[in-house]
Amino acid sequence: MSEPRTLYEKIWDAHIVERRDDGTCIVFIDRHLVHEVTSPQAFEGLRVAGRTVRRPDLTLAVPDHNLPTTARRDAAGKRVPIADPMSAKQLEALEANAPAFGIRYIDDAAPEQGIVHVVGPEQGFTLPGCTLVCGDSHTAAHGALGALAFGIGTSEVEHVLATQTLLLKQSKTMEIRVDGTLGFGVSPKDVVLAIIGKIGAAGGTGHVIEYTGSTIAEMSIEGRLTVSNMSIEAGARAGLIAPDQKTFEYLKGRPLAPEGSDWSAALAWWKSLPSDEGAAYDTCVALDAADIAPNVTWGTSPEDVVPITGSVPDPESFDDQSKRAAAAKSLDYMGLAPGQRMEDVTVDNIFIGSCTNSRIEDLRAAAEVAKGRKIAEGIKQALVVPGSGLVKRQAEEEGLDRIFIEAGFEWREPGCSMCLGMNPDKVPPGQRCASTSNRNFVGRQGPGARTHLLSPAMAAAAAVTGKLTDIREMMG
Amino acid sequence: MKPFTQVEGRAYPFGRTNIDTDVIIPAEFLKTISREGLGEGAFKTVREEAGNVFDDPAYAGATVLIAGDNFGCGSSREHAAWALEDMGVRVVIAPSFSDIFSGNVFKNGILAAELPQEAIDRLIEVAADGLEITVDLENQVVTTPFQDRFEFPIDTFRKECLLAGRDEIGLTLESDAAIAAFEQKMTAQRGWMAPQAK
Repeated sequence: MSEPRTLYEKIWDAHIVERRDDGTCIVFIDRHLVHEVTSPQAFEGLRVAGRTVRRPDLTLAVPDHNLPTTARRDAAGKRVPIADPMSAKQLEALEANAPAFGIRYIDDAAPEQGIVHVVGPEQGFTLPGCTLVCGDSHTAAHGALGALAFGIGTSEVEHVLATQTLLLKQSKTMEIRVDGTLGFGVSPKDVVLAIIGKIGAAGGTGHVIEYTGSTIAEMSIEGRLTVSNMSIEAGARAGLIAPDQKTFEYLKGRPLAPEGSDWSAALAWWKSLPSDEGAAYDTCVALDAADIAPNVTWGTSPEDVVPITGSVPDPESFDDQSKRAAAAKSLDYMGLAPGQRMEDVTVDNIFIGSCTNSRIEDLRAAAEVAKGRKIAEGIKQALVVPGSGLVKRQAEEEGLDRIFIEAGFEWREPGCSMCLGMNPDKVPPGQRCASTSNRNFVGRQGPGARTHLLSPAMAAAAAVTGKLTDIREMMG
Repeated sequence: MKPFTQVEGRAYPFGRTNIDTDVIIPAEFLKTISREGLGEGAFKTVREEAGNVFDDPAYAGATVLIAGDNFGCGSSREHAAWALEDMGVRVVIAPSFSDIFSGNVFKNGILAAELPQEAIDRLIEVAADGLEITVDLENQVVTTPFQDRFEFPIDTFRKECLLAGRDEIGLTLESDAAIAAFEQKMTAQRGWMAPQAK
């Protein structure tokens, strides 16, 4: 009998084209998502070298990072010009490169347009057992469906376009097991923040994480996407969750998913993928769902996590010197004092969106809190940005847009928005944002912006009270 | 890619941990369709601090950057590597790097050398005095004018590529027949994997 293998090892083994003596492998890539920021130099590289795209049929392009989240077509159906000439140029480059290289392109006003990591699963482009890459680190999200998915740089984008492969070494494996039932008000976002807080921002470096345990099994696909999305914030290039009945039900009938006899063949293979009994991981970490509270970040690394009932830590409380220095710098940047209660932190901006938390369930969770309430007077901007046009349409069918608008939120067009300061949605310098996005880095949401990461329901609660708020108190 | 053999030069004694690629090159500079000129935006938020190492004339023209744990975490933007290259950095030395970042710099002929924190502390001392550090890839060793000698590990494949300045795409295309054979096998075994346009 063959050695028991993990999910990662099975996908890895099934994609090796060639193995060099030093262990470097040519690995076949089944799916390539392309957006406008990390691709222009790759297409240019192909042109200069006189190369073509080897498998345009396995490639899908969609703009997201630079797009304003305001109307993209006027009443006459004409494109609304993009004010920033640099953004406009980058978007034009993708719009020209995709057809020039024969790549399927979803345009800025198409109903399917959205953030690449929302679009991939939604279109059934992401499949269990496939290798999927994109020039974006949050590609880890797709692992929620059992795809081996990771972010790549532009040289690798060019490499995949030209060869449909990557040169890789096998990663180590890490099992993160979460068991038990999540408490009231505790969401998948809180689970992944708890994980990052526990293992640290570099805890998963060199590893592919597989999330296991009853809490993960109980989670919806959308919740799993939130968890796997932030694997990279723990240093792991990829996260994985074993495909199960929920995965199959989610995918069946999606536009690009297999159909008929193809579906049956795919299903048979997918069912063979979960890690074998007795398969060994290089590292194992366990969390108890009952210990996880609604979480928020206090600093400028996603590992700076505390429960909402907690306080800003004292930099002196950290063991090593570099952590003490980093914490002191973070607090200075964030305008926070040691010992300050998180629930006393007032916020200026609210952002509900990003590839981490912009799917329909996220919007439902936020709307449940916003319903019949108003955002606090001190809030300067409160954005709700659906992850795709299809999410937006569904939310509108459910009346969620009305709930948000009546509460005082702005209801926007899909895109990366305020997650990363590449489009007009930014947090002004020195202002504070309760954000459902994935990174609280210095300047991430705009120069001088101060970010607190939290769940969609917690973001909505902060909008209502004007400060970081325990959702359990508000809704309990 | 430019071959990398040996670099001798002054070093930025930066030392900070968890430096993410948003700090190396903020998003506002990513709206370019070129690989050139990104040095201008490199470490923008750090350069706003008085007395920062990047604007200190003592380190002008440094070719080595010494940093803390988990350097290059966060976004996959290769602009971070292009920014370092544009500012003249050929080597980054840190206790650890993010996986994507170390791959990105490698593909641009920049060496990411891992050394333990004690070695980093010592190199920062030396660099802070404006003294030169030597990084020898062939022998995998970092030395100082004080006879300090720190050996660093490196993946053999990466070492080979760096020394030769090898184009990875060209190398992979030498295996074109193997890729084609794999594709044929996949069409037979998992033909459903090719997305069907409907």
